[in-house]
Amino acid sequence: MDRGPWIKRSPAPFLFTRRQTLTPTRPFRGEDRTVALQQPKIAVKNLTKVFGDPPAPALKLMEEGHDRKEIQQRTGLTLGIADVSFDVAQGEILVVMGLSGCGKSTLIRCLNRLIEPTAGQVLIDGEDITGLSNKDLLALRRRKFGMVFQNFALFPHRTILQNTAFGLEICGMGQDEREQRAAQALQLVGLEGWEQAFPSQLSGGMQQRVGLARALAVDPDILLMDEAFSALDPLIRRDMQQELINLQARVKKTIVFITHDLDEALRLGDRIVLMKDGRVVQIGTPEEILSSPASRYVERFVEDVDKTQILTAGGIMRDARVLALPSDGPRTALHKMEKESFYSLFVVRRDGTLEGYVWADDMGRAIEQGDRQIGPHIQRDHQTVAPDEPVSTLIAMLADSRIPVAVVDEAGRLLGTIVKSNVLAALAAGQSDQAVTAADAATAADKTSEACS
Amino acid sequence: MNHDFPFFGKFPLSDYIDDGLDWLTDTFSGLTRAISNVLGDGVDGVVMLLSFPPPWLVILVFAGIAWLAAGRRVAIGTAAGLLFLWNLQLWQATIETLTLVLFATAVAVAIALPIGILGGLSERFHRATMPVLDFMQTMPAFVYLIPAIPFFGLGQVSAMFATVIFSMPPAIRLTILGIRQVPRELVEAADAFGASRRQKLFKVQLPLAVPTIMAGINQTIMLALSMVVIAAMIGAGGLGGEVWRAIQRLQPGNGFEAGIAIVILAMILDRVTQRIGRKRGS
Repeated sequence: MDRGPWIKRSPAPFLFTRRQTLTPTRPFRGEDRTVALQQPKIAVKNLTKVFGDPPAPALKLMEEGHDRKEIQQRTGLTLGIADVSFDVAQGEILVVMGLSGCGKSTLIRCLNRLIEPTAGQVLIDGEDITGLSNKDLLALRRRKFGMVFQNFALFPHRTILQNTAFGLEICGMGQDEREQRAAQALQLVGLEGWEQAFPSQLSGGMQQRVGLARALAVDPDILLMDEAFSALDPLIRRDMQQELINLQARVKKTIVFITHDLDEALRLGDRIVLMKDGRVVQIGTPEEILSSPASRYVERFVEDVDKTQILTAGGIMRDARVLALPSDGPRTALHKMEKESFYSLFVVRRDGTLEGYVWADDMGRAIEQGDRQIGPHIQRDHQTVAPDEPVSTLIAMLADSRIPVAVVDEAGRLLGTIVKSNVLAALAAGQSDQAVTAADAATAADKTSEACS
Repeated sequence: MNHDFPFFGKFPLSDYIDDGLDWLTDTFSGLTRAISNVLGDGVDGVVMLLSFPPPWLVILVFAGIAWLAAGRRVAIGTAAGLLFLWNLQLWQATIETLTLVLFATAVAVAIALPIGILGGLSERFHRATMPVLDFMQTMPAFVYLIPAIPFFGLGQVSAMFATVIFSMPPAIRLTILGIRQVPRELVEAADAFGASRRQKLFKVQLPLAVPTIMAGINQTIMLALSMVVIAAMIGAGGLGGEVWRAIQRLQPGNGFEAGIAIVILAMILDRVTQRIGRKRGS
């Protein structure tokens, strides 16, 4: 069996081995992104799906380079995905992005064969799963995959605990053990106390936490998330994104995340696969996508490269209204953050100079430990820029940063903060009008951010 | 005027059916007799069991069952209705009819559930069952009585046979509907976690179909009740027998008494089974 060239670099693992010990830690956001010479967790090779029977005429037209619309007209067959290839490294979050109908949902379902691919290969830990028997396929889904759905897909007749334990129940685990593990998974997503409730009693955000807990309860290697946060309202969505990032730092799964939202893709993705009409348009890190876009969809945001030189940090920054003082207690700091739904907060001395920042998580811990001052918890690895810094450098900085970039003057005084959406909104707003001033863009950015939150 | 078909003689459909039924009767007479004996004994046994204690005790037990299944109001209604039937001197007939209906429903559901599940899971099977179900429902119910007699002899079992065939379709149809109505995304979620077909059926599809299936069983019970008068023509007795006797003797008062008794029985069975369906569904 042809398993592809990389197999020569590392011994072929036995199918279904748990956790590769040779695997290095995941390339974190902000850490070195060089892909280690390791076997990809998931390798998709020339994957194609044609809806309709027989698929052969559509495949032939596809190889001749015809697009989906033409194939539909000439054969009546629908090309779901066409010749898609990419790898996902162990511990990576890969975001598949595209507009609706681009084939991203089909693609994610081909990974665990909820949809049967027409041609090509899907290799999980080096093993081609497209030829697995029904029995082996069920075993593979039980051991390796957890899936989260756009509309939650919780079972209405089961309690939250029973929903969460579903995957374990399918594996044949005894009731006591599976409910214990399900309760742990619920704790992980912050839903302890809701075990005996039914899904209809929960809000959308909470329901999706259950969906996430259900997927995590089976301790899968791979999480498939199909527009998992798209049905949530924007504020909850941002919370869930942040929570997923925090969670991923602990559980270190390999995640394939589907979305149609560029902002979400930039927030979550270690790498992004852009799709259009069933084909892959571009694969790259967020900054590669932003700095050298290969599709019109992204170009809408970043085509005017010069604009990024004109726009400056001072122009698009937002006022840092909510700040902590070094003398503040952790409760005060946490309260300020909760009020604004922030996960971090800049700390500024009385004279306005920037001291550092604190994490909400640390504040919680400080309260538990009984600390009266935030002093020992202040982090100082934040990034600062001068107000005349061009936006182009901000993109690269923000892509790797989990906290806002601070804009400071020569004396080190904090002037304002910039988050990713400020930059994107400014670029989007500025691109249609060449003469737009930095001030205009900043206003537009503020308005957009407000509309988003 | 001659209405005969001009090209060739009459297609001997009735002869074929008669031959077929004769063959079935001859071949399976052992089996049908056995079924007849078992079911006949069962019905007789239950009728005896319910006739033995004083009516007030039976009424108390039924009211208690109604209370547990459907709450206080239905329990009071059940008790009042049954007391009224006792007063009308229709107690024995009521017990016979109730027993027959419950036996027929049990047999019908036992056959309908597996067929309905298969139809719910397989589109092809579904399409194959549709014309059969149409046939069963639209064929005049009297016609089933004719072959029932050679199969099972005169009496309650033949009546039950005809009742089962006539009342089964809604249970099958609504089981199919219930399973097909389960949201696709829930089935997909079960698939994504590696559920086998059996696990999917018993952990997701069937539990979610229960309210719809119960609605089908409720319909089956109602249809079974509507068959009791017809079944009385082949000696099923019970409330239908009372109606049948009133028809033959032209006694409208007696006829209405027995008819009203059937209505009361229907309402009790309907309320109790409906509540079960709703309770399980919420």
